[in-house]
Amino acid sequence: MELKNRQLREIYADLLVDAAARNDAIVSVDADLRKAAKTNAFADKYPERAINVGVAEANMIGVAAGLANMGKVPFTHTFTPFATRRVFDQVTLSVAYAGLHVKMVGSDPGIMAQLNGATHMSFEDVGLMRTLPDMVIFEPVDGVQLAACFDEIVAHPGPVYIRLLRQEFEAVFEEGTSFSLGKAHILEEGDDVVIFATGILVAEALKAVSILKEEGISATLVNIHTVKPLDTETIVRTAKRCGGVVTAENHNVINGLGSAVAETLCEHHPVPMKRVGVMDRFGEVGKKDYLMETFGLKADNIVTAARDVIRRKEETGRKHG
Amino acid sequence: MNKRAYLEDKAKNIRILTLKCIGNLGVGHIGGSLSIADALAVLYFDKLRIDPQEPTKRDRDRFILSKGHAGPALYATLALKGFFDVELLDTLNKPNTTLPSHTDKNKTPGIDMTTGSLGQGFSVAVGMALAVKLDAADIDVYAMVSDGESQEGQIWEAAMFAGNQKLDRLIAFTDYNKMQIDGTTDEINDLEPLSDKWKAFGWHVQSIDGHDVLAIDEAIERARRTEGPSMILLNTVKGKGASFCEGKTASHNMPVTMDMVEEALKELM
Repeated sequence: MELKNRQLREIYADLLVDAAARNDAIVSVDADLRKAAKTNAFADKYPERAINVGVAEANMIGVAAGLANMGKVPFTHTFTPFATRRVFDQVTLSVAYAGLHVKMVGSDPGIMAQLNGATHMSFEDVGLMRTLPDMVIFEPVDGVQLAACFDEIVAHPGPVYIRLLRQEFEAVFEEGTSFSLGKAHILEEGDDVVIFATGILVAEALKAVSILKEEGISATLVNIHTVKPLDTETIVRTAKRCGGVVTAENHNVINGLGSAVAETLCEHHPVPMKRVGVMDRFGEVGKKDYLMETFGLKADNIVTAARDVIRRKEETGRKHG
Repeated sequence: MNKRAYLEDKAKNIRILTLKCIGNLGVGHIGGSLSIADALAVLYFDKLRIDPQEPTKRDRDRFILSKGHAGPALYATLALKGFFDVELLDTLNKPNTTLPSHTDKNKTPGIDMTTGSLGQGFSVAVGMALAVKLDAADIDVYAMVSDGESQEGQIWEAAMFAGNQKLDRLIAFTDYNKMQIDGTTDEINDLEPLSDKWKAFGWHVQSIDGHDVLAIDEAIERARRTEGPSMILLNTVKGKGASFCEGKTASHNMPVTMDMVEEALKELM
């Protein structure tokens, strides 16, 4: 399967078709966004296992919970705000509390809703899902990572929320790189600062690492593709080693990756830290580049945050050293 | 014993156990529990192909109590059927109980879905009936919704979808006691014309006396023979069988003393 020069939604649809060939229980459940997710490829191949409930997201989650309750493995899809906040009670009770293994794909996370604008731009979806016990939250960086984790997602006995880019992504990982749900992935090893990044911010963080290197700063870069369950061990270990932390996410800094890392480090090993992400604002309409700039999600923002953290780290060192 | 007498006896015993169970606790959803006792008697003692010894058997029929607050009536029914000891009913809502106020599939043997947030159980039942259709399985899926619950949008999202999917093995009931927490359904947000609404959504609809066990039995048999999903409107009386709560709006969730229960048991005997 070609995993680089294609849209992520096409890779997702192929993975679903592929998994369905091996597993009779897999069904696709859409809410009138089949064309947007390219799951019509699944519907062409398995028409009887491709369910479309129409524009009725609450019922989509209910029907998926019912299918799961009878042994099916349903994959639902809609845009991130409608996959989470619109159906939060259904996801909470009919899926998570009932312990049913519904796989919920929310597409075009955060600013990637682009021209759909603020109404379709969720900066709170990870926060909502993160507060649900037993929820797994996975945000793939690229096709290689999505493909590597897909079988685990299918086999996981509980619910999974997949924060999926539909279209362009920057290929970050070499084919054959191995990943595991819940296990953070280290891309760069350095000693001065550790950057924890997720989703589209990983490519920005890689650029930031290069810029910092030119300044003589060596950074560790860790991709947290699974925001829940959080790989506490890797986070604490790398934070201890570097003594300063930057998080980078395409989400509100409240309740997303930055919050999760801050909570963990405050309890286990507090160090100077800075969060790069959406600073508690609503979305707005625009293209990716404009929005990355507007919401401060660029490599430069990560570099500035890293410098700030290192300065504070050194100040603290002087005070206590 | 003929069928009517047999099922009426079961319904009476469901009411007795429900009253004792809520009375023992001192408060509970008595009205909407007593109003479905007759339907539960017909389902659990005549229709459902289930085995109390094997509560998670794959090819069993399913019953989803979407109006999850009537849990006590279903627990009484499951105890009578042999899913667990009758003594367990005394633990209702007490610390570490397996019998919470609203039904929970992961806590109680014989409960097929976790419900309580209105509208959701029905939508899940539709998904379960869809799975039955995909597998061409020999399983009937039954669901019970309340009238107040039918003001939820998710009910109608699911109703439209089930009608279009022609889910033959789905049989639903509305406990149409015409009362909800804040008053009567017609004064809060009228459901009428309720039969026509379900018909318009592609359902086979019957409207019957919800306290007549043979009428319920016959309606289910007709529903099983018809194509597409079926709705049976059970015209019921909230709190049916106990004069302290019968026909009273306040019976949705009310204090129930053992004295009230003793009085009600005398009426039922």
